[in-house]
Amino acid sequence: MEYIFIIPVILAAFLLVFGGLWASSLIAPSNPGQVKNATYECGEKTIGNAWVQFNVGYYLFGLIFLVFDVEAAFLFPWAVVLRETGILGLIEVLVFVVILILGLIYAWRKGALEWV
Amino acid sequence: MSSGSNSLIQGVSLSQWVGGNAWTDTPWLAFAAVLGGTALTIGFMSLTAMVLVYAERKIAAHFQCRLGPMRVGWHGILQSIADSLKLFFKEDIVPTNTDHLLHALAPALCVMATLLALITIPLSPSISIANMNIGVLFLSAVSGLGVLGILLGGWSSNNKWSLLGAMRAGAQIISYEISMTLSILVVVLFAGSMKFSTIIESQATGWWIWRVPVVGFVAFFIFLISSTAEINRTPFDLAEGESELTAGFHTEYSGLRFAMFFLAEYINLFIASSLGAILFLGGWMPFHIGHFSTFNHLMDLIPPGIWFAMKVCGLIFLSMWIRWTFPRLRVDQLMRLEWKILLPIGLVNLAIAACLILSEYYFFVWNPL
Repeated sequence: MEYIFIIPVILAAFLLVFGGLWASSLIAPSNPGQVKNATYECGEKTIGNAWVQFNVGYYLFGLIFLVFDVEAAFLFPWAVVLRETGILGLIEVLVFVVILILGLIYAWRKGALEWV
Repeated sequence: MSSGSNSLIQGVSLSQWVGGNAWTDTPWLAFAAVLGGTALTIGFMSLTAMVLVYAERKIAAHFQCRLGPMRVGWHGILQSIADSLKLFFKEDIVPTNTDHLLHALAPALCVMATLLALITIPLSPSISIANMNIGVLFLSAVSGLGVLGILLGGWSSNNKWSLLGAMRAGAQIISYEISMTLSILVVVLFAGSMKFSTIIESQATGWWIWRVPVVGFVAFFIFLISSTAEINRTPFDLAEGESELTAGFHTEYSGLRFAMFFLAEYINLFIASSLGAILFLGGWMPFHIGHFSTFNHLMDLIPPGIWFAMKVCGLIFLSMWIRWTFPRLRVDQLMRLEWKILLPIGLVNLAIAACLILSEYYFFVWNPL
């Protein structure tokens, strides 16, 4: 029952935003225009769409992030029970982390950590 | 050591009360409690955001030798209310080229993530909505959802500024999440629990920032940097750098939709500060010094809620101070700071913390078993 508030809170968040938008649309003025509803680019005429293929610089960072975030998720239960597992648990996790650090060093040497 | 604090720490969260006998004995009362708790959370969120926006404007003004808002109410104290009313009455401009559904969904996702994170924060032993046994993990998981709202908002706007801002925000938030988790893990290691109330109770004899020699402070420092980056505040506000990207991911947002992003941003500041206060500064625990029993009893007189508020306000002020002190980073510097400096330091710090626990080489050894 610790999680009983999750669903009501999610519903409330959506109700707050969409209900607010609805209520605001009843009161607020609405005068759409071709120029007003154009994409804002500091007064210049928009050239082309923004939905194009472009170099997402952090693709490699995303991959490394995935590895380290999953690692952190694995470390949480270990962190809770470290006093019970003692030195053996520490050594096993250190082996695990050292392998990941080797991966980080590899990515570093390969230049994956440079923003291009 | 501190006999007075033991009587303080017993408290029941609202979800525990609902989950106890209330659900079977008085289902209507339990149902009303769930609704009331949700409504209270939303009310608390709105009030906190208003106070924080006013505080930020006032503090920023005084840092820059200005007066800030002065006209609405005494020293402009009603300025935030006037501003939210103004945003409510503003025209809701949605550009023709946007993806209309996702454009509306993005602020809702941001608000949802912050609300979910907010319910886990215990304000005092007797005021907490949901005291989960995996509280820390839950909080870091749901606060990571916020980046979805930012990415969606930036992409669906069909605007180059928004797209660039959203991409930068995505890269920044996922990168700094690792450092933040590693510094949180240090405290989880020492407290031996992921439950917020247990983490706070473990600091009855001293706060984790100074009880563990060096390690606690290094973890706090990493937490401070990475949480500032997580909530997109200066010096890490590349996602909305006004001088280069107009307003970043929320360039195409106006009226109430913009207000929702703004709300989520300030509540994230509150959540990050209270997380720092809970993990490193003892949450609602009073400040105690070893055997100075008179001093400790005096400190016990201040209610725990006030202690928590004071610590959170201190951290929020620190964050605002940082904002008006440091210049913005460049995006490659940002990435280098995380991956080549903070991440290695964080990993080494975690390993040292684990060794310290097993050797029990820290002040006032805490044994949760």
